[in-house]
Amino acid sequence: MSSDNPATVAVPTNRAPAVSSRVVNFPASSALPAVSPTDAVAIDAREVNIFYGEKHAVIDATLGIPARSVTAIIGPSGCGKSTFLRCLNRMHELTPGARMTGSIRLNGENLYDPKVDPTVVRRRVGMVFQKSNPFPTMTIGENVTVGLRLNGVRDKAFLRERLEDALRKAALWDEVKSDLAKPGISLSGGQQQRLCIARAIAVQPEVLLMDEPTSALDPIATAKVEELMNELKRNFTIVIVTHSMQQATRVADQTAFFYLGKLVEFAPTRELFNNPREKQTEAYITGRFG
Amino acid sequence: MPTATTTMEAPTTATAAQRMRPVSRASEFAFRGLCLAMASVVLVLVLIVGYQLWRGAGHTFHRFGLSFLTKSDWDPNANSFGALPFIYGTLVTSLLGLLIATPLAVATAVFLTELAPNWLRQPLIFLIEMLAAIPSVILGLWAIFVLLPVLNEHVFPFLQKTVGFLPIFSGTSFGGYSVLAASLIIAVMVLPIITSVSREILRSVPDLQREAAYGLGATRWEVTRIAVLSYAKKGIFGAMILGLGRALGETMAVTMVIGNANEIKSSLFAPGNTLASVIASQFNEAADDSYRDALIAVGLVLFGITLIVNLCARLLLKFGTADAGAVH
Ligand SMILES: Nc1ncnc2c1ncn2[C@@H]1O[C@H](COP(=O)(O)OP(=O)(O)O)[C@@H](O)[C@H]1O
Ligand SMILES: [Mg+2]
Repeated sequence: MSSDNPATVAVPTNRAPAVSSRVVNFPASSALPAVSPTDAVAIDAREVNIFYGEKHAVIDATLGIPARSVTAIIGPSGCGKSTFLRCLNRMHELTPGARMTGSIRLNGENLYDPKVDPTVVRRRVGMVFQKSNPFPTMTIGENVTVGLRLNGVRDKAFLRERLEDALRKAALWDEVKSDLAKPGISLSGGQQQRLCIARAIAVQPEVLLMDEPTSALDPIATAKVEELMNELKRNFTIVIVTHSMQQATRVADQTAFFYLGKLVEFAPTRELFNNPREKQTEAYITGRFG
Repeated sequence: MPTATTTMEAPTTATAAQRMRPVSRASEFAFRGLCLAMASVVLVLVLIVGYQLWRGAGHTFHRFGLSFLTKSDWDPNANSFGALPFIYGTLVTSLLGLLIATPLAVATAVFLTELAPNWLRQPLIFLIEMLAAIPSVILGLWAIFVLLPVLNEHVFPFLQKTVGFLPIFSGTSFGGYSVLAASLIIAVMVLPIITSVSREILRSVPDLQREAAYGLGATRWEVTRIAVLSYAKKGIFGAMILGLGRALGETMAVTMVIGNANEIKSSLFAPGNTLASVIASQFNEAADDSYRDALIAVGLVLFGITLIVNLCARLLLKFGTADAGAVH
């Protein structure tokens, strides 16, 4: 995957940066895995509609997200990507005035069943945010284990084991293993974001949601996080919102394109970028709007 | 486009400029001068007060030296003055008041920022501001007619029965006039400021911190604990110190309920005096110069303590917010 390293993406000089980011530098030799039809669906979202007061932010979205793969959500800013992502772990319920209709099932279980507690949903569906947000008063170690401790885990040896495992999975262990007692915010921006990933996976969720996790990172830190996603998908189902089409082509097995609140197209990443079925998708990926 | 705009606007600007009054240097000068003069008045006032305090206190410190701060007898008839009982009274009532007010204030601030529904928030904030607007003397009257009898008849006997083995909860009551009553009044008076500063601090906690905790499956209480309160703890400490600054100088209501006794008693049920209340209650009867100078020296001590505490509060608040800024 050297040809599409973010540091080496060719930026045509005659275009404004905003436009150039729409130009997909699709690697010809890429062997992106296609979605295999046998893949089990982890998240089954049906006729999802989300409103902010009167504003209809997501309209009738239906899609099945396969387990243990990376699914990217792309689309122009304001098209409802974050809104859709946040309803996958009921995070949108924290926004006053937000409403959702439709159903979302996680491995067959209805997440919106009245008997289901949203805090339990969020333990099963973890989240990583656009800006890294470690807890500033906690050490690196405490940041990783806070989710387990919240869930009543007191066993020191177990916490220690999960700590190392999560940090290894987040590709951060070697960098911080001797600094576990330092504050989480003493790390660099990219390390902080990986710390947040470690914090999210320490509780062993089934799904990991990421909302533009690299938009505040430099290219090298971005490459690290992207590499990480490739590793993590062996254990987790990953859904990532990204404004970068290059990123979607690099990390995602399948990609969903949202436009004006509607799910326009959902297909294996390669297919969506090489042979889009919808006119709007084609217009978007060729940079005609966005 | 740009050329069109220029040609269209050019004549208009010219006429507008012609129609305008020339810039008046005189009014600008007068404006600056006036502001400077007004600002100087404040400065001069502070200097005069400081000088008067210093000069009055000078005699006393000259006579007693630092023992003025460490002696615990205050006997105007014998012309012997030691301010320790008042320093003690001030510190005990202020700290106790703070201890009572802080949990209430922080809980209220948490309720206002994290839990209260929108329709309840504004009325509550208004009520708290009203509490701050009650004149001290009114609170004092309320305390004399309501608080003191309740303390005297119910609270003190109860405390004596249950925790009376502790020296601070033993001894007789003097109609409720006591250090504890003064502490309670101080608590009421610093509650609004600690609440509103804490509320500002909690509001400044980024939502991203809350979401981080919610994202891990934290309940509301857990979010408040790990994401909000721990993030804000320095700032809340600063709010407490700011409250302490108010508590130290609180005079009128304290003078009305503290019982005005010039001695150190271990019991909180016993009357006492603070630096502020002793000045308020004795200045009128201070006939001779040395008595008056001693009271002025008490004022200087109060001034010094308040200054130091306020300075600390400022530093804490500054570093509290600077830390929060460095988080991102
Ligand atoms: N809290 C909110 N209140 C009202 N409208 C919102 C809120 N959050 C987002 N929206 C609106 O919903 C739409 C989708 O927003 P969002 O999901 O954040 O878009 P994206 O992540 O794709 O940029 C936008 O039009 C936005 O203005
Ligand atoms: Mg977004």
